[in-house]
Amino acid sequence: MSGVGAVLRLCRPAAGQLTLAVLAGVGAAGAGVGLMATSAWLISRAAQHPPVLHLMVAIVAVRAFGIGRGVLRYVERLTGHDAAFRVLGALRVRTYRRLERLAPAGLVAFRRGDLVARLVDDVESVLDVIVRALLPITVAAVTGAATVALVGGLLPVAGAALAVAMLVVAVGVPAVQAAAVRRADARLAPLRGALAAGVVDLTQGLPDLIAYGAVSDTLTTLDRTDRQLLTAARRSSAAAGVSAAVTALCTGLSVLAGLAAGAVAVRAGTLPGELLAVVVLTPLAVFETIGAIPAAAQRLAAARAALGRLAEIAAATEPAPDPAVPVALPTGPLTVRLEHVSAGWEPGRPVLHDVTLTLRPGRRVALVGPSGAGKTTVAALLVRWLDPTAGRVTLNDVDVRDLRGDDLRSVVGYLGEDAYLFDSTLEANLRIGRPHATTAQLETALAAARLLDWVRTLPAGLGTPVGEHGVALSGGQRRRLALARALLADFPVLVLDEPTEHLDDDTAAELIRDLLAAAGDRAVLLITHRADVLADVDEVITLTPGDRAAATASVRAG
Amino acid sequence: MRPLDPRLLRYARATRTYLILSVVLGVALAALVVAQATLLATGITAVYQHGADVHRIAPTLAWLAAVVTLRAAVAWAQEVTAARASAAVKRQLRSRLLTHVAALGPGAAGGSGTIATLATRGLDALDAYFARYLPQLVLATLVPVIVLARIAPVDLVAAGTIALTLPLIPVFMALVGLHTEAANRRQFRLLARLSHHFLDVVAGLPTLRVFGRAKRQAGIIARISAEQRTTTMRTLRVAFLSSLVLELLATLSVALVAVGIGLRLLDGSLGLATALLVLILAPEAYLPLRQVGANYHASAEGLAAATEVFELLETPARPRGTAPADAPPGAPPGAPVGVASVSAGTVRFEAVAVRHAGRSTASLPPFTATVEPGELVALTGPSGCGKSTALAVLLGFAAPTSGRVTVGGQDLATVDPDAWRQRVAWLPQRPWLSTGTIADNIRLGAPGTTDAAVRAAAEQAGALAFIDALPDGLSTRLGDDGAGLSAGQRQRIALARVFLRDAPLVLLDEPTANLDASTEAGILAAIRAHAAGRTVIMAAHRPSLVALADRVIPVGTAATPGGTTVTSGGTAAIPAGATVILAGAAATSVDAVVVAA
Repeated sequence: MSGVGAVLRLCRPAAGQLTLAVLAGVGAAGAGVGLMATSAWLISRAAQHPPVLHLMVAIVAVRAFGIGRGVLRYVERLTGHDAAFRVLGALRVRTYRRLERLAPAGLVAFRRGDLVARLVDDVESVLDVIVRALLPITVAAVTGAATVALVGGLLPVAGAALAVAMLVVAVGVPAVQAAAVRRADARLAPLRGALAAGVVDLTQGLPDLIAYGAVSDTLTTLDRTDRQLLTAARRSSAAAGVSAAVTALCTGLSVLAGLAAGAVAVRAGTLPGELLAVVVLTPLAVFETIGAIPAAAQRLAAARAALGRLAEIAAATEPAPDPAVPVALPTGPLTVRLEHVSAGWEPGRPVLHDVTLTLRPGRRVALVGPSGAGKTTVAALLVRWLDPTAGRVTLNDVDVRDLRGDDLRSVVGYLGEDAYLFDSTLEANLRIGRPHATTAQLETALAAARLLDWVRTLPAGLGTPVGEHGVALSGGQRRRLALARALLADFPVLVLDEPTEHLDDDTAAELIRDLLAAAGDRAVLLITHRADVLADVDEVITLTPGDRAAATASVRAG
Repeated sequence: MRPLDPRLLRYARATRTYLILSVVLGVALAALVVAQATLLATGITAVYQHGADVHRIAPTLAWLAAVVTLRAAVAWAQEVTAARASAAVKRQLRSRLLTHVAALGPGAAGGSGTIATLATRGLDALDAYFARYLPQLVLATLVPVIVLARIAPVDLVAAGTIALTLPLIPVFMALVGLHTEAANRRQFRLLARLSHHFLDVVAGLPTLRVFGRAKRQAGIIARISAEQRTTTMRTLRVAFLSSLVLELLATLSVALVAVGIGLRLLDGSLGLATALLVLILAPEAYLPLRQVGANYHASAEGLAAATEVFELLETPARPRGTAPADAPPGAPPGAPVGVASVSAGTVRFEAVAVRHAGRSTASLPPFTATVEPGELVALTGPSGCGKSTALAVLLGFAAPTSGRVTVGGQDLATVDPDAWRQRVAWLPQRPWLSTGTIADNIRLGAPGTTDAAVRAAAEQAGALAFIDALPDGLSTRLGDDGAGLSAGQRQRIALARVFLRDAPLVLLDEPTANLDASTEAGILAAIRAHAAGRTVIMAAHRPSLVALADRVIPVGTAATPGGTTVTSGGTAAIPAGATVILAGAAATSVDAVVVAA
């Protein structure tokens, strides 16, 4: 289980807290066992009517165990959680550092469903793994071993019986349970998937379904799936009880074995009579701790997929690694060139084939072509999300693979179709472009993106929150805010990918003309599908999907 | 949190059967616990005090084996009934929830994602409630009573100790709980916010890298995580007090009982068998209560989901019109009349205004317009002016706050909406595609039509070329909400759906959005051709689309200052904190309008 191994490695900085948690946990569980064992001896001994002084130690011990369990359990939970949060923090940072190198091109292979949200959940799952799986399992194992030693020391046969019963619960039950869960999942998972897809269809498509009178049909189909799910769940339910039944059986049988073996030993004189109750009753107490193992093991098994995904991310290859010895960033006016470049996002699926283009200072170049022709791939090469599979990308004749990625991106800016707005204020989102910008600079950028007038009408101005993914803004406002941010950063080379999506026609055309006019010495690559702005650029490059679906470029002077 | 919401019994009848079974099994379990303790006490006493050998206690051992086997059987039955009950309850609640959500209509029940999660993963959390919490709750009331009933006749002192300390546990837990609940809630909010920050930063990684801000975030994440740990630990120190109290009281009481019986044995006022019986039974009296405490949080999640479901179920649906859609003006409801009277009827907006609760501006300012049968009209105006809302009113998705819509002279509010919608075909701004095949999607509004008709509609919508290029053609299965298709392709499939519906009233919301110029020309011609003999109302932005219309009706112009290019309406004045209201709302096209307007 490589995932668990990785978690254990992450635990190293919190090793002190974890040891303390295990010790406290063993102390708490041990106090429970000790309470039963000591009380059993106390009562048996008291039945012989000895002087009360002979019982004082046991009486004090029973009271101490009574207090100790609660207190130590409290200490265990606190230190355990503290350690788990430390590990969680370390894992968050490690995963983030990894993602930082991979995003976005290195994550294409993982882009199934909602990768990011799932990944964050996966990271959080480490909390559960430590607090509710690894810790209880360790505590139960140590306490169990100590109890076996105690009972075995008094009566070896009873100790052996207890050990067997414990192993069945701690090892056998989780194994059987895992098999049962696998079988049930094989039966239930497709139905659950179908149900979830149906529910999403119904809720997302509700307006369309209502408008087209298809709601009752959809509900009927869903109900059929749900009924199948119920039938399958009923069939799987018999296995669900096996774990509880075996645990109950093992507890009872180890007590039974203790009584039978104890009776023989007392008769034979190998076990003092006042210890019989200890041998028989101690297992009752220890199984409260051992009985927690199957549930903990199940949690661990459930978290396996999450830990596996994290391990997968950790092992993913970087799409554009930094060189070991980076070359210094060229200075002066910057020219970017794609030289006979072929590239793709996934191995075996080429998108570009033998594309050459040049971006000179002060030149405005438009990149056009049907969707899927690879326009965004060109942008990804320029900011080095990706490295070409053939040919090279250069900055003033330096291969960009010899530069540090962050250095390259400090001069080549990119406004992508998916430019992200963070759940913060307008100002915070802008300042990502330039953290120490003056208010005047912020306003200039907003004005260039034609957003300043609107911002001035807001009661909270730049302090207005944009909401999650910018949901509080309209599509056009989101776009213009992202554009203002890119302009604020003042990159010498700027790649604009469909900067005017979601704007109405007239505004879009005007905005692009403004942008191109204000570019000055910048080199601008404008990726667009709008024909009406092509007159304003110096050069138009058309990407055409060619043979084997890889695009080639043709150039027309503007 | 109420341990057992009576609404659970009302909305999911399977809960009743389960509760009855739980009580039966609980009584059986408690009886077996008492029997096992009695047998053990007898067996130990026989060997220790009366020198019995293993043959003499053979009957006791045999009975003990039987009791142990029965306990295992009861444990198995408890799990099985819980699993079955949980599955049945989930199905009952889900079925009610989805039916009700459908009856409420779009946008009325919060975001679509929220409901989908609630109906699946949310309700799945009920498993823990049924498997761990509810049976323990039943046991926590049954077991102590039965155990005390067994102890009291033989040792009144021990029974008294247990009877006095047992009720202290819930009392103290409630006291500590009251104190920590507010802190807990604050804590969970903080946790949610921190997880959200991490999610936000990871989702925006490409953007952060563009601006060279990505590396710095690692330090911020480390710092925030450390802060999260310190604040969380501060809360947990208090929150775990309730379990400390629980464990302390339970264990200390057992210790007190044990020492007490030991001392009474010493002075001879108690026999060994009785003492052992009390020692074995005392922890059993506290065990279920301790389990309830331990499983409280696991079950809280399921109950919270159930409570959300109940609240949704208790949201009343909007009153629906009942008159048949084809009733002529003034005719008594139900009078048999041809379809033509409505389909060919004049659509009239009479000062229709829509204002959504909690919004400062109207989604649709008072709007008056008349569309004659057979006309192709374009509703125009800046985005957010209410074009889509006007279409939503015609579909019955939004009710006019004032004014009314009449069709063929009949108030739309009085017409049965389902019957009325049979006369309407609609292309929303962001059409939705199901996870079925492309053919299923085109056939949505016209089930049972032939494949040839589907192909014809697809061709008319300019979709056939790319559909035939797919390996499976019309039988191609689509991913989640049309994943794998471009926006333009989705648009054309949805348009084919409209054409195949063959309805007399056609509502199109930006039908040529997402299309490139050459495709657009073909689609415009197809819309024009489809409009023959039908009434078509389009929300239009593009000049080419506006030019197609017989007549242009501006919407909400009075509310917008002329000449400005800034999107008008409510978004121009987002109050701080409005995010929360808007957050879940952008899920359907109708909602998207509400957000923008």
